[in-house]
Amino acid sequence: MQQEPLFSVRDLRVSFTRQGQSFEAVRGINLHVDHGEVLGIVGESGSGKSVGMLAALGLQPKTASVSGSAKFKGRELVGMPRSELRMLRGSRIAMIFQDPLSSLNPVMTVGAQIAETIRLHNAGVSKKAAMDRAAELLSLVAIPQPDRRIHQFPHEFSGGMRQRVMIAMAVANDPDLLIADEPTTALDVTVQAQIMDVLTDLRRRLNLGLILITHDLGVLAGHADRVAVVYSGEVVEQAGVDDLFERPAHPYTRGLIASIPNMAEEKERLFSIDGAPPPLGKLPGGCAFHPRCSQVQDICRHTPPPVFADGEHTAACHFATMPIGSAA
Amino acid sequence: MTRYILRRLIAMPFLVLGIVTLAFLLTTVTKGDPLTAIVSDRQMNDPAAVAAAKARWGLDRSLPERYVIYVGNLLTGDMGTSFITRRPVAQDVFFRLPATMELVLAAMLVGSTIGITLGVLAAYFRNTAIDHAARFFALFGSSIPVFWLGLALLYVFSVKWGVLPGPGRLDPRATPPASITGFMTIDTLLAGNVKLFIDALWHLILPAFVLGWAVAGTISRLVRANMLEVLDREFILTARAKGAGELRVVIGHALRNTLVPTLTVIGYSFAYLLTGAVLTETIFSWPGMGSYAVEAARGLDFPAIIGVTIVGGVVFLLTNLITDIAYVIANPRVRLG
Repeated sequence: MQQEPLFSVRDLRVSFTRQGQSFEAVRGINLHVDHGEVLGIVGESGSGKSVGMLAALGLQPKTASVSGSAKFKGRELVGMPRSELRMLRGSRIAMIFQDPLSSLNPVMTVGAQIAETIRLHNAGVSKKAAMDRAAELLSLVAIPQPDRRIHQFPHEFSGGMRQRVMIAMAVANDPDLLIADEPTTALDVTVQAQIMDVLTDLRRRLNLGLILITHDLGVLAGHADRVAVVYSGEVVEQAGVDDLFERPAHPYTRGLIASIPNMAEEKERLFSIDGAPPPLGKLPGGCAFHPRCSQVQDICRHTPPPVFADGEHTAACHFATMPIGSAA
Repeated sequence: MTRYILRRLIAMPFLVLGIVTLAFLLTTVTKGDPLTAIVSDRQMNDPAAVAAAKARWGLDRSLPERYVIYVGNLLTGDMGTSFITRRPVAQDVFFRLPATMELVLAAMLVGSTIGITLGVLAAYFRNTAIDHAARFFALFGSSIPVFWLGLALLYVFSVKWGVLPGPGRLDPRATPPASITGFMTIDTLLAGNVKLFIDALWHLILPAFVLGWAVAGTISRLVRANMLEVLDREFILTARAKGAGELRVVIGHALRNTLVPTLTVIGYSFAYLLTGAVLTETIFSWPGMGSYAVEAARGLDFPAIIGVTIVGGVVFLLTNLITDIAYVIANPRVRLG
């Protein structure tokens, strides 16, 4: 039997109830990630990629209900008592968020915030020792003069530096899994590359499982091992990163790849997928992507697509180019 | 920081002089004739008596002369003599100020504790029964007149049930301790009389609650609004993702970020109560500044009126200064140059 992965999600569903009506934001996603592996999750905003991961850790909004399964090291997270989940969060599983400007507490020094993470999970550690460790962590993410910087407040740091602080905080307790939700979206392009380097470097050094959530497939190209493409709360395609870029099987993936700016080719206009993702609770029948699909057929309008698989590569489309690379 | 405080302190004397001048000038534009307060009705027709009174109280001098003399005396701590009590105003005021201070401090303690707790609970449990109950309690406290509330509570707790004492600062049969700080709770302790201390504390409960409830309403509404905003911010999610418990998330992260506006309201309410606790002081026979001010105004006791105004103004200035300093400590983003 195959060994159980570090973190796996099976048929995870998240729904919100608003004015007596229920909307499914995440409609049964399946994912897994292992130690030392980088899984990229890509999708448009509102596709459910963040809310799904938050829900797996019990961080969903109060109005949401979660079903399905999310297993971490063989332990079921969905329905786990809050106190047990809390012990995993910040110690075994860490998260960083999109906007480093607002994800740090503005009235606490960064050192105090990192030290808090340490002391929450290591009762015996003194304040002094935790602060010393905070300074070490800052130097781990390449922040100069860490001994001085730990006493500063978030507003005294630049955007990129704040994201480094967030990363330092996330790895403070040597986690097994790090979930990074759009870690570079709010940053300048040059800073984005630095942050990605810090993350991938830490992944190697700490043997982390890393889940990288982004709307930018380009970011994943150089950094992810595998990619899951999410559309309207479902994984529509999942494959190794090279496989995905070379042989995309789902029309949505092909659209995403085509819309990555490419310096080598001179194009008048960047490709874009027409239309917008359907609003929650107003999903079209059949395949959720069909109103925007260039290859739409009658069957797409009324029958949900099956999932085709070719080894590790899966795609949910009636006309998935399966076996992979058959015809596009 | 030190420079900022120093600069604020340097500005203080000028502000105080402004208050003194305004308070002094305001008494000259009032219609009332202070002589009616000094000279009895029968003697008003006696020119000699009127002239003697005028000379005695300096009312025969011109306004600028009187102003210069007043400010000169003030510098030596002399605020003139009250027409009514015939005691130095400074002595009267500094006997009554601690009484009000004690009451208002207790009221602020009650008000802030209730207000912040309710505000936090209401925000955390927004739109639930807890939220509605907290908001009703807050609204009730700030809309019910204190004279009604004071009388009603006195009737229920003191007259009917007898669980709390009636008006006053101490049991009327008790001998008050030597006045050292003017705070009854502290003076009784300094005198080593624990029984009297408990009596003083017991007497504080009702008036402090009546005053505090009104303030609690304002504070809780403010805290609730700010908490709602802060609880939606991303660093709250960060705190939860760190594995912090809900109590820590709410108190350590969210509440801390609402401290700045809360401190402003607490500081303002404190200054407001110090000068505005008149009704409560009257109902509870509390010998404080408020009741002194009312007596002075009723009797056209100009030295007392000016004295109360100046002391009130200075207290206001000091409270503002302390609030601003607390503001800086609570909010590291404020930079002072």
